[in-house]
Amino acid sequence: MAGNGTHEHPNYMLIFWWLLGLTILEVAVPMVITAPVPKIALLVSMAVAKAALVALYFMHLRFEKKLLGIIALTPMIICAFLLFMLMPDSSWRWIG
Amino acid sequence: MSQVATVGHGAVDSYESPLTPESWGKLGMWIFLAGDAMSFGALLATYGALRFGASNWPNPAEALGITLTAGMTFLLICSSVTMVKALAAMQDGDQPACVRFLAMTIAGGVIFLGLQAYEWTHLINHGMLLAENNFIIDATGSVVGHYHEGKELAAGQMRASGLFGTTFYMTTGFHGMHVFSGVVYLTVVMLKAMRGGYTPEDTNGIELVGLYWHFVDLVWILVFTFVYLV
Repeated sequence: MAGNGTHEHPNYMLIFWWLLGLTILEVAVPMVITAPVPKIALLVSMAVAKAALVALYFMHLRFEKKLLGIIALTPMIICAFLLFMLMPDSSWRWIG
Repeated sequence: MSQVATVGHGAVDSYESPLTPESWGKLGMWIFLAGDAMSFGALLATYGALRFGASNWPNPAEALGITLTAGMTFLLICSSVTMVKALAAMQDGDQPACVRFLAMTIAGGVIFLGLQAYEWTHLINHGMLLAENNFIIDATGSVVGHYHEGKELAAGQMRASGLFGTTFYMTTGFHGMHVFSGVVYLTVVMLKAMRGGYTPEDTNGIELVGLYWHFVDLVWILVFTFVYLV
């Protein structure tokens, strides 16, 4: 265990290398994949993975009490809801 | 039932509650960040809806260029690392290292703002304004030229949606304001750390500014993906 006055810290440099690697992959994806659906799916999943790494390790959400996690999840649920409410309006172009 | 509700259990309960005095600031910051996330979420959702519904949206990577912004993303990730290092240093009782890492984090924010100012100036000088732009695109959204008064458009070509600039400047501008506020906030915390205002037992103020700064980094990760890459 850590001695007096020192703390155990997560491996921040490992998170940094993951974030850097994912950013390089993200920049490469639009150059390699041009079909919209796989391109958007890949980019969005990599962005979500990066955001999750920042929240879980840099913002210590993984080591926090559940309440803070619930607070962090709330805007995501509301924003997803907003997106699905706006979708029918903007998809008229594709239907008609 | 009354057996269970003893004073001893009550003490354990209050210890397990997330509302301990040490975490009130953290709870407050998370509630603020959740509200702030909804503002960014509204901007990004509006952007998505407008773009999805527009037939003349330019390919952002061609219109904006992503090399500089990829560098800006790298810079913010680095400044997040120096931020966690600052907190870790103070928790380990190394005050000079904490101040050094905070200064590096501030430098990252200032350079980011400088690069954003450079990018905006470049785009404005090339005719991309808040409500209109001069991009000429083909049916796939590829930028094929720049419009000027009296220019004839070839068949299949069209002028890009003015909303492209509106959503771009509003979203990146709102984020830039957050970076600016973060630089001011970090400076205040660094000055306090220099005067010995934090101890290994009391790092709450550094942790709170860290939460804000990582949030600004997190939002940029999403803005970079949705506004520049997709």
